[in-house]
Amino acid sequence: MAIKTDVVGTQVSSTNILVRRIIAYTVLVILVILSLFPFYLLLMNATREKKQTGLQLYPGGLLWNNFKKLFNSTTTVSFGSVFKALRNSLLISACASILSVYVSALTAYAIHVFDFKLRKVADMFILIVMMVPTQSSAIGFYRMVKAWGMTDSKSIFINYIPLIIPAAAAPATYYFMKQYLKSALPLEIVEASRIDGCGEFMTFNRIVTPILKPAYAVQLIFTFVANWNNYFMPRLVITKKENYTVPLVLSAMRNAGPQETDMGLFYMYILIAVLPVVIVYLILSKFIIRGVALGSVKG
Amino acid sequence: MKRKSVSYAKWGYIFLIPFFAVYCVFSLYPLIQTFYYSFMDYQLNKGAIGGGWTRKVVEVVPEWCGFGNYSEIFKSGSDFFQTIWNTISMWLIGFIPQILVSLLLAVWFTDLNLKLKAQGFFKTVIYLPNVIMASAIAFLFYNLCSKGGALYDIFGFDVLAENAWSARTVVGFINFILWYGNTTILLMAAIMGVDPSLYESAQIDGATSTDIFWKITMPLIRPILSFVLITSLIGGLQMYDVPSLLTNDLGNPIVEGKPTLKTIVMIIQTNKDGNIGKASALSVLIFIFTLIIGLAMMLTSEDNDKKKKKKARG
Repeated sequence: MAIKTDVVGTQVSSTNILVRRIIAYTVLVILVILSLFPFYLLLMNATREKKQTGLQLYPGGLLWNNFKKLFNSTTTVSFGSVFKALRNSLLISACASILSVYVSALTAYAIHVFDFKLRKVADMFILIVMMVPTQSSAIGFYRMVKAWGMTDSKSIFINYIPLIIPAAAAPATYYFMKQYLKSALPLEIVEASRIDGCGEFMTFNRIVTPILKPAYAVQLIFTFVANWNNYFMPRLVITKKENYTVPLVLSAMRNAGPQETDMGLFYMYILIAVLPVVIVYLILSKFIIRGVALGSVKG
Repeated sequence: MKRKSVSYAKWGYIFLIPFFAVYCVFSLYPLIQTFYYSFMDYQLNKGAIGGGWTRKVVEVVPEWCGFGNYSEIFKSGSDFFQTIWNTISMWLIGFIPQILVSLLLAVWFTDLNLKLKAQGFFKTVIYLPNVIMASAIAFLFYNLCSKGGALYDIFGFDVLAENAWSARTVVGFINFILWYGNTTILLMAAIMGVDPSLYESAQIDGATSTDIFWKITMPLIRPILSFVLITSLIGGLQMYDVPSLLTNDLGNPIVEGKPTLKTIVMIIQTNKDGNIGKASALSVLIFIFTLIIGLAMMLTSEDNDKKKKKKARG
């Protein structure tokens, strides 16, 4: 498209554009500062001392100290072990996201490839339940898993079943996978694989999964981050301190109040919890943002 | 394409089993249970004798009470209307700036005259807060606001503890920071979906950028705008993490005996081992509100379609 003023017409004067551009950049820079500020503060506070008052915009010298102290077992605090919480969060998020993308892809594949009576019904059903909020079944869910002994089970795996298994039914992920399959999987490939004597599951695992790799990657990250940051569900079903996830430990830390406790240590811990996600995001941001934009085609 | 080959139909069902089995066990059945509990007088905290160390829990038998829980909730002066108002006001404080800023950014990013540089960088940065744990940001703001924190020094009082509106603004601001990047990207995608030849011909006809915005962009991205509004409203109804973490589930500050930061989901969470009937009724109400909002969206978009068709015919 022509942008130069002489082509488009005299209305678009170049000084006008210059002014608008300056305004736009100014607003953007302010927003960038605003967006980075919380993260920056977390980073700075992680390098600071035990008692933190006021704002400090430059790093203190205690980064390495806080890091070492956090690893030191004597600092294991009363809110459950901070490291166990990291491990727990990792366990839940990894299992839930892998399960979620695999089953969503399987479901989308079934709807896309096979022709059966209830195909349209199943598709509609999933689209409708996409709108139902988790909270509206929360009490029934909690009473059920409690009655099954999952909330106070001795085994960590049984305690985590209500956090991991439900991830298999993820309507939004299903929808994304279906859209992707539509554009990326010609049915001839499935046909060819059948002719070559591939079973249906093998076709899915060996032929379709590699094709779906980019979709898997985007959805893995989304689901992982959602589970890693989730507070509502773990709060609902985890009762034991040693099974706490990171957000639950943070909540316990916040209740301890800033007076008695080592703030530098807490922020170091938060940094360790937040940094991996941020790094992965920064590396893959191009794909993630594209994924977010694709999500908008829903309506 | 051999979609007609009947022999493969059973595989369709087999592949659907995991999804539907999990959905029925962990979502559908609990949903039905929740509806059922909402008609029961089922209070676990009632079934205890004594308090403190001598407290003994007695088995509670749920009893049918019809719409008892609902009439309790809708009784005037109950905390329900307060929590609805809290939730909506905190949502609005976050959403209004969010939609305005996102719209502005989306228009700027897609403006061909403006030709903004480093768009990838800006988009990456404004979406970044969304991947940071809300709990971490809430923890940070809690410390900023409590005594000795920077916000405490600036305002001279604890904005989270002493004034309802300042506390709600903190929650709204956090929600704004977390979500405006997401909204910007959605709106950008919508604007880029508009046929560029419309913009070209408008410019050739001498339309100003204000004209273009109101007469081309806005009408054409209306479906996405309403999608953003609806999803944000539904998300807003479920607001939980940030106010819960900031106030330790209490929903302080208390003004005139009422918690001003308490949300509906906070009551549900705190009653999971308490008044189950009431918590279930609240869950059902969230479900009904969501249903109404969703239906409203469907109806308005259908209306638009009809209008368009009429125009095309006329």
